[in-house]
Order: sequence, then C-alpha cells, then structure tokens
Amino acid sequence: MSTDAHSLSRDDVAHLARLSRLAVTDEELDRFAEQLGVVLGAVARVQDAPTADVTPTTHAVPLTNVHRPDVVTPSLPREQVLAGAPAAEDDRFRVPRILGEEA
Amino acid sequence: MSSDLTRLDVTALQAALAGGETSAVEVTRAHLDAIEATDGALNSYLHVDTETALATAAEVDRARAAGEELGRLAGVPVALKDVVVTDGVPTTSGSRILEGWRPPYDATVAARLKAAGTVLLGKTNMDEFAMGSSTENSAYGPTRNPWDHDRIPGGSSGGSSAAVAGFLAPWAVGTDTGGSIRQPAAVTGLVGHKPTYGSVSRYGLIAFSSSLDQAGPMARTVADAALMHEVIGGHDPRDSTSIDAPAAPYVAAAQQGAQGDLTGTVVGVVRELGGEGHTDGYEPGVLEAFRAGVEQLRALGAEVREVSCPSFDLALAAYYLIAPSEASSNLSRFDGVRYGLRVGDDGSRDLDEVMALTREQGFGPEVKRRIILGTYALSAGYYEAYYGQAQKVRTLIGRDFLTAFGDGVDVLVSPTSPSVAFPIGQRVDDPLAMYAADLCTLPASLAGLPAISVPCGLSEGLPVGLQVMAPALADDRCYRVGAALEAAQDAARGGTFLGQLAARA
Repeated sequence: MSTDAHSLSRDDVAHLARLSRLAVTDEELDRFAEQLGVVLGAVARVQDAPTADVTPTTHAVPLTNVHRPDVVTPSLPREQVLAGAPAAEDDRFRVPRILGEEA
Repeated sequence: MSSDLTRLDVTALQAALAGGETSAVEVTRAHLDAIEATDGALNSYLHVDTETALATAAEVDRARAAGEELGRLAGVPVALKDVVVTDGVPTTSGSRILEGWRPPYDATVAARLKAAGTVLLGKTNMDEFAMGSSTENSAYGPTRNPWDHDRIPGGSSGGSSAAVAGFLAPWAVGTDTGGSIRQPAAVTGLVGHKPTYGSVSRYGLIAFSSSLDQAGPMARTVADAALMHEVIGGHDPRDSTSIDAPAAPYVAAAQQGAQGDLTGTVVGVVRELGGEGHTDGYEPGVLEAFRAGVEQLRALGAEVREVSCPSFDLALAAYYLIAPSEASSNLSRFDGVRYGLRVGDDGSRDLDEVMALTREQGFGPEVKRRIILGTYALSAGYYEAYYGQAQKVRTLIGRDFLTAFGDGVDVLVSPTSPSVAFPIGQRVDDPLAMYAADLCTLPASLAGLPAISVPCGLSEGLPVGLQVMAPALADDRCYRVGAALEAAQDAARGGTFLGQLAARA
C-alpha cells in the first residue's frame, strides 16, 4: 500500500475493495480514495496518544468464559430458514460455483 | 378523544386503558390514522402492519374484558427501529441488501415488548446498518424532523425519533453505537437513553459494532424511558455479553428525581465537551441552552464542578477506527447466500463474483466507506497503528471517567450534540462533518457507560439536549438527574417540551 502517511491511493482502495468483496465502480474509487484519505488523516490522531503502558480495551464490561449448560435446544425449522434464502434446492442453500473454470 | 390519544405519554395511556376511558383498539387506530395522515411527509416508518396491529390490540381488549391477567404494557403501541429483528415482519436495517426479508425469529427486545402486551405499530427508518447521524444514509429515503421538515431528525435512529416527536408512536426502541439514540432524541426534543453496555440484550439486533451496540428507549418523558428500559432490560443467556445482574429500579429513580431535590448530588461538567477552550464546532445557542440546564441542576441543589477528561479529545478518532473495523467483520455475513439480495447469479459467475456484485448493489456509500476503512485498519502492518492504538485510547477514556467518578462526581454532563438539527443534504458528502454530530456521545459509548439525553431548551426554535453520563450499571442516576431536570423545565415552561411542538401544529 502507499507509503504516504495517512493516505489511501486509488490502488489501495481497489485492493481493499477486493478484499471486502465489493465490486466498486471507477467513479467510486476516485471518490472513496479522496474521502477516506480525509477520514484517515483525522482518525490517525490516535497515534499521538500516550499509550506506552496502556493495555487495550476490547469490551467495556470485562467478561470471561461465559458458559451455558450443554443442553440441546430446538433449532429453527429448515423450511423457515431456507424461506429467506435467495436460492434453495433440495433442502439446502444453492450457491454459485465456487471454483473457476480453469481450476 | 381520538386525536388526543396520540398526544398522551405512555404513563397517561396506561391509566386511560386501565380506567376503561379508552381501548387498545382505539389507541392503536388513533396512531395508525395519524401515520396514514402525516407519515407521507415524515417518512418515519419503513413498514406498518395495520391489520396485525389492530388484531393484537383487539386481543388485549378481549383479555381485559375477560378479566385475564395482562402484561405490564398491555395495549400500549410501540415502534421498533428496523435494526431489530421481528418474526415474520419485514426487517431491512435500512439497507437494500435486506429488502423484503422476513426474519424467522424475534430479537429479545421485540419478544419482551410482545410478552408485555405492547402493540407493534411498525418498523422505523434508520441510517443503513445504523451508520450515520441523520437518517440520510437509509436506502429508503431520508426521514424529516417534525420540528422542521427541511431538517434531519438525527440518526441513526431517526425514524424512531421522528415517529415519537411527530405523535406517530408514544415511544420507540432505538439503538446506540456512538450516539444513535441520544443525538436523534436531542434534535427532536425527546428523552433517549443508552443503557450500560450489556444491560439490554443484543440478541436479534443486526450487528454493526458489537462491542458498542446497545438498544434503548426513546420516549417523551424520562419516566416512560425508564419504564421501557425495565421491560426490555435484564440478563439474556442468548447474548454472552449481557450482564447477569439485577436491573436497578429505573422507574422509581425517575419518580424520585421528579420530586426535584438534587441536594448532595455532584454534577461534573466536562470541559472537553463544549467547555472553555473546547467550543470549536459548538453552536452558541446549544451552549447557552446547555448552561441554562446546568444552572437548573444547581438550583435543584446539585453541586456543580468542572471536570477535565483530556482523553475525550481522541474519542472521535478512536471510534471511527473501532466501529468501522467491527463493521467490516460483522457485515461479511451479507454474502448473498443465506438471506437478502443476490445479484449476477446467471450461471457464468462464480461465488466470489456474485458476492462482490451483490454487496456492491446492496450497500450504500457510507457502508462501503466504513467496510473499506475497517478492512484497512485491521490489515497486517496497520493493525497496531490503527485498531490496536484505538483500543488503547479506549482504555484512556475509561480511565478519565473512573478518575472523575472516583473524585466524588456522581454524574457527568455535556451537550448531547454540538448543533441543532442541520438541514437535509448539508453534510451528506462530507463524512467528517457528519461524524462531528457524535462528538459528545462517543466517550460514554467507548467506555460502555449509561448516558441519557433530556431536552434542555430551544436554539433557533429547535430542540437542544443535555446529556447525563453515569458509571457502569448506575443507569438509575441518569433517570434520577434527568427527571429532575425535566420536572424543573416543565415547571418553568408551564407544560411539556413537546407541547411546544404540538402548539405549533
């Protein structure tokens, strides 16, 4: 990615969009690169914080190892779950092919 | 009495229903008629189910007539933000990618309101996936502010705020990740409370930023907000971050506060949120109304001190790294396989291509920006500098709160938002300007603390909110101090805050 401090090039955004499975348009690439550069400049301020001996907070309320009893409970009926799917076949979610032609 | 029924707060509605002065069907019909008449202009609802609402209300009336045991909120209408999953009722989270989806189960919040006997009026508009401060990021068009139709109702719970302020629901559920209950409540003249993180179950809320998301009440009075919190709150084994501790008696706290005696309560005014040297970006009218509110707290007997929380200056930067990072992960579930939209599945494209096309067409620009930013902040080589550092800032913000509360301060106060409702369209292409609306609400979000917004006056004829923040699990302090301020304001005004809006209509 670009070596410039706190900026995102058009190529950076294209790469990140690919990682995020977003088929962005050329026009979006231009706009997002500009807007996200501004946002990144602002959020990069976190790097000025005095955090030498500071541990990160992942959750506001510390909780560890929340267990529940190992008891079988009913699941949603299959037909109800599949009813919301864009495509279903033989009681399963139908998906486009996963491997490319050449694979 | 029908047009008056939409003007009543929930406590008054409950009394009228219990006393037989009206019926659940009458109350429901009055709201449905009002929606029919005025929501074309406001666009506060995405879905209204007239038939089911009337049938639910009729069942409450039948049960009441038969002398059966009734739920605590029997016959009281409610609106739910469309981020709350509802069994068989369309749920979109404001996104095109979920258009037409009917979930197969109820969120815990929805189930608890149902069990209490409420009548669901409908689902309210919102910024897509709760990302925004104006409701302009909805895929289904912006919602308008009942105080001025050319202005935003706040966001992301802007459909809920507009519906309640516009007399199209007596109260509503909102969700708050960085201010999405409090800021819309402030700019529409409502009470909005973000509970302590873990106080209300997140089960069945479409996730945006899981370490921050909380559902909570948006109402016309502090007492009503407290009542809803009691009903939707409490431990839920289906949410592993839900706190397994008894909920404090919020309604009692509101009643106590309404008596107007704050003697012995220490109120800290946060310098970094609109105080000396920190007024950039704050409207003078907002600061004036806020200071008048603080003076009212002092007049009620509170001891007022200024408190410095230096790390709050970094809250916005930390939030806009943490929330997009978590969102980029949470939103990966929208893959065009199990629910919602699928685009380009014509047999020639593989799963990856179909997924990318689906997400490109299904998501709006702000959602895409946040996914891209979050993916960047979490990527190898940048993780420590951005996400890791933001999580450390979060610790510093928590410490500032702990220091203030440790020094004997009971609650901290600030304006809820730096500005009144801004004009529709003004900030939509300027993400940073939009984010600035959350400046005051972010610290409590990042620290997981409870915070309420209560109306404290008007600026340029538009509502201003005062925010009260309290330590974790001390939501009752928000209700107590909020109710005291509300009672003092109502007494000085000689009527309710929203009465001013009703008088204009």
